[in-house]
Amino acid sequence: MAKSPQEEHPQKAFGWAARDPSGILSPFHFSRRENSPDDVTVRVLFCGVCHTDLHSIKNDWGFTRYPIIPGHEFTGIVTKLGKNVKKFKLGDKVGVGVMVGSCRSCESCKQGLENYCPKMMFAYNSIYHDGTKNYGGYSNMVVVDQHFVLRFPDNLPLAAGAPLLCAGITVYSPMKYYGMTQAGKHLGVSGLGGLGHVAVKIGKAFGHKVTIISASPNKKDDAIKRLGADAFLLSTDPTKMKAALGTMDYIIDTVAAVHPLGPLLGLLKVNGKLITLGLPEKPLELPIFPLVLGRKLVGGSNIGSTKETQEMLEFCAKHNITADIEMIRMDYINTAMERLAKSDVRYRFVIDVAGSLSE
Amino acid sequence: MAKSPEQQHPTKAFGWAATDPSGVLSPFKFSRRATGEKDVRFKVLYCGICHSDLHMVKNEWGSSTYPLVPGHEIVGIVTEVGSKVEKLKVGDKVGVGCMVGACHSCDNCANDLENYCPKMILTYGATYYDGTTTYGGYSDVMVAEERYVVRFPDNLPLDAGAPLLCAGITVYSPLQHFGFTKPGMHIGVVGLGGLGHVAVKFAKAFGVKVTVISTSPSKKKEATEHLGADSFLVSRDPDQMQAALGTMDGIIDTVSAVHPLFPLIGLLKSHGKLVMVGAPDRPLELPIFPLLMGRKIVAGSCIGGMKETQEMIDFAGKHNITADVEVISIDYVNTAMERLQKADVRYRFVIDIGNTLKAA
Repeated sequence: MAKSPQEEHPQKAFGWAARDPSGILSPFHFSRRENSPDDVTVRVLFCGVCHTDLHSIKNDWGFTRYPIIPGHEFTGIVTKLGKNVKKFKLGDKVGVGVMVGSCRSCESCKQGLENYCPKMMFAYNSIYHDGTKNYGGYSNMVVVDQHFVLRFPDNLPLAAGAPLLCAGITVYSPMKYYGMTQAGKHLGVSGLGGLGHVAVKIGKAFGHKVTIISASPNKKDDAIKRLGADAFLLSTDPTKMKAALGTMDYIIDTVAAVHPLGPLLGLLKVNGKLITLGLPEKPLELPIFPLVLGRKLVGGSNIGSTKETQEMLEFCAKHNITADIEMIRMDYINTAMERLAKSDVRYRFVIDVAGSLSE
Repeated sequence: MAKSPEQQHPTKAFGWAATDPSGVLSPFKFSRRATGEKDVRFKVLYCGICHSDLHMVKNEWGSSTYPLVPGHEIVGIVTEVGSKVEKLKVGDKVGVGCMVGACHSCDNCANDLENYCPKMILTYGATYYDGTTTYGGYSDVMVAEERYVVRFPDNLPLDAGAPLLCAGITVYSPLQHFGFTKPGMHIGVVGLGGLGHVAVKFAKAFGVKVTVISTSPSKKKEATEHLGADSFLVSRDPDQMQAALGTMDGIIDTVSAVHPLFPLIGLLKSHGKLVMVGAPDRPLELPIFPLLMGRKIVAGSCIGGMKETQEMIDFAGKHNITADVEVISIDYVNTAMERLQKADVRYRFVIDIGNTLKAA
């Protein structure tokens, strides 16, 4: 006898949800759980629009549970504390990213790698410990276990900093894991969108030469003049691609569409690493000869741990790294999703939730 | 005005070569260069038959030029050394593997990774510094620069040790480089042929738990009772594969036929690594979700540098690791190639060059 979303929990909440694979979002009344001793309530101020939100509302990957409230890059203010909460106080500026729960007892959790816990719970669409479905940050308030809430450094703006909670950590974590923190290397960033543009900024902060690899020639100016990339490689130009063979130590591949890996592998030096972060709907084709002949590798990565996410926020605050955003009102969201599907944004939409979400 | 193979160099040599993509091998007279100041000359006693030899004689990779004398698992006894040779002397037992030259000035060469040098020269079918074609070990004599010659420990038999020069280093290098050597780790080996069976032996010597993953249930007894694998997984059995999900720290995949990666990626624990040492000639499907969700890696590896090849031979000597071989006479080589095509060998043919290769 399932309760309606409005009746499920004791605290009223309001947001925008998609109810079917058309992905159209509209006003939605629901409810949030009462704060357990470890829970913090976040009044949402801003929420980034991640490409994953688009995939999810349209059920591209086949596991969406409707109605779905997306949003896993949200920042705001602490307005209520469970009785055991020590990490935060009322009024603190905080952020919540992709993870809101994990089993806390498996090997991954014990090692502080909650993002690799087989039972990791996503900010939206996952089933929480209490058996109810999680609703994300396109809403007025969220109740989250303090362990998964990040403190926002004072000098990091809440709007332009919000996308760091997914895009930022998604590129920062593999840069550390795959050894890119040693300065002076040549980093290629494939795809110049939400993830890609943050990867350029963090790559430069790590002290690397950064080349953007893109199929869109019109992105070149912005890439070099505004984002600070050292070079721009047009992937559709065979002469330029040939000249760049074997020149890169790493490539962060952020492209979400199905695309060939062969040309990217060719750009790597011997022992080079191709890190794939985009989630295409179908498997990619992997040519094996280039891997074998150059001892190259293709590796994945999934966001980062809570500790790493906090570290990433401090790093970005120190280096003044934020996302390049286009602020929108909640009622613009469906148009924003259409534009996102065509990559028509420089480079992340951020919803002014507090300023525009009204019942 | 190209010279014939017999006239190209000052010293006579004799071997068996393929003359066209039928791949059929037959007696072939050619010549070897005079022993240069850095060169080591040795009388070939044995040569392993690698699956690459089969690919090359039939021009399956499109890079073969004929006549082609294959063989890159070559062992023998030193008969002459050049004036600048320091570590080897006449009478030493030595071997040469897949490479006989490189640029020696790039980063890879400086890091003892000649195998990744863009100008690396293959032991056969390639062009040497002097512009001549390199000929491999299905022949009576071999001349190679000292850097590319390894010394065989006294206790390592030459016939069963020959395949280590390619198969051995091809699996030893990634086992070390990707860190599959920590006791307590669980490593999978896909494919039980020339590479696979040696991988099992090396991995056991490192003290790791080894599971052989194979499509052939009939190989189980061999794998566990003879080679010492701890367990055997039939990749076509969905129940067995399901039970083994997320149990392996690393997998060495020796299979060169096209095959699915998804089930292998599933066998890896989080942060696990799948290393390809066989090279299918068509791209394989890479499922992205499991790679990301488990921070897993798919990598490749190609033989090893000369320093680690010597290290591998010394390790094999210390742990008494050799290949399981079927020693054949040179006259049997074409039949051996046909059987190799069907994987009908346990697990490497080795040609008894010393006793059966005689110039007409």
